[in-house]
Amino acid sequence: MGIPTLIKTQTASNSASLDFVDGTSDVVFDSTYDEYMFVFTDINPATDDVQLTFQVNATDDAGGDYDTSLITSTFFNSYHDEADSASGLQYSTTFDLAQSASFQTISQSQGNGADESAALILHIFNPSSTTYVKHFYARCESNHQANYAQDNFIAGYINDTTAIDEIRFKMSSGNFDGCIQMYGIS
Amino acid sequence: MAMDLITTDASSNAASSDFTSSIDSTYKLYIFKFYDVNPATDDVKFSVQFNVAGQSGFNETITTTAFRAIHNEADSEAALAYQTGGDQAQGTAYQIITDSIGSGGDESGAGELFLFNPSNTTYVKHFYSTTTILQADDSARQYFIAGYVNATGAVDEVSFKMASGNMDAVIKMYGVG
Repeated sequence: MGIPTLIKTQTASNSASLDFVDGTSDVVFDSTYDEYMFVFTDINPATDDVQLTFQVNATDDAGGDYDTSLITSTFFNSYHDEADSASGLQYSTTFDLAQSASFQTISQSQGNGADESAALILHIFNPSSTTYVKHFYARCESNHQANYAQDNFIAGYINDTTAIDEIRFKMSSGNFDGCIQMYGIS
Repeated sequence: MAMDLITTDASSNAASSDFTSSIDSTYKLYIFKFYDVNPATDDVKFSVQFNVAGQSGFNETITTTAFRAIHNEADSEAALAYQTGGDQAQGTAYQIITDSIGSGGDESGAGELFLFNPSNTTYVKHFYSTTTILQADDSARQYFIAGYVNATGAVDEVSFKMASGNMDAVIKMYGVG
C-alpha cells in the first residue's frame, strides 16, 4: 500500500447520510490519486439490524440521486457469537449485487446497542478512469445485532466507464453516528 | 497527518513484543506490520492480546472469528475453512493470528493487524488481521482473524507473543488518521 494522504474527515451524528463530492468542502475525488481509501470507525446505527451501504454518482449524473450506477459484487463473511453457539464461513447471496443500482452493503445486520459499532476500510481504484469499470473492495469487522463478531469481505465493480466523483454512505434504514476519513493513495 | 511509522520493535529470542506507549487518540487507526516472525519452538502460533487503560495484564475479553486457506508444497492439500480452534467467545486468552509456524532456519510468518480507534470510550474495539506463514509441515497458510475487545475503556497497550517459547520478529506500529 502506498502512503495515504488524508483528504477529508466527516463525522456523522444522527445523520441520514455522509457524502464525499469532488470539489465540495475540500474533497478531492478525481485523477489526483490512483486509489481512494475510506476508513470508518465507530459506525453506530440508530436502528437495530441494519446495513451500512454506499453508492456513487458518475460525472454525467452530477448531483444525482445515487441510483443509476450498476454494481456487480461478491460478499462473504466469517462469524462467531459470544455464546460460542454459532460460527462459520459463508457466501451471502443477500448482500451481493448483480448489475444493480441499489446501494452496496458493506456492513451487515449491525446492532445498535450503546457499545456496538462497525469498523471497516473501503478501497476504490482509479475512479477517474474513462476506459474501465471501477473496482472496489472492503473488509468490515462489526457487532452483529445478535452479539456476533462478523468479518465481512466485499468486492466488485461499478460497471461504468464514465468517471466517478461522488459517493454517498448511509444505513439501509435510519440514521447513524460515526467517523469516515477519506484518503488518497498515489 | 496520514500514515506515520510510530515505532519499530526488533525482537531477538524474546518472550513477547509489547507496545505500551503511543497508542492513544492521536490516530483513528493503528496498523501493526510484522515480518520475519520465527519461533524458537517448532509448530507454534503467533498471538496478540490487549490491555485497557488502568487495567493490568494482557487479558481482555475478546470475541473473534477465524478462517484460513492452506496449500502445501507437495500440492497434495489445499483448502479453505472456518477454524473453530482459532476463534474465541468472550475469552481472555491471547488471540492467535497465525497458524503454526515452523522454527526452521528459513521458516517464518508475516502479516498485519488493524486496530480501530482504540482510544474510544463508548464502543467495543474492533480489530482484524491477515497473516501468511510457512507452516511446520511445509505449507503456505493464510489466516484471517477479526473480532473485538469487548470493553468500552480505551485500549492503550498491545502484546504479541508465540503460543509457546520465544521468538525473533520485527514489528512496526503505524498510525493512520
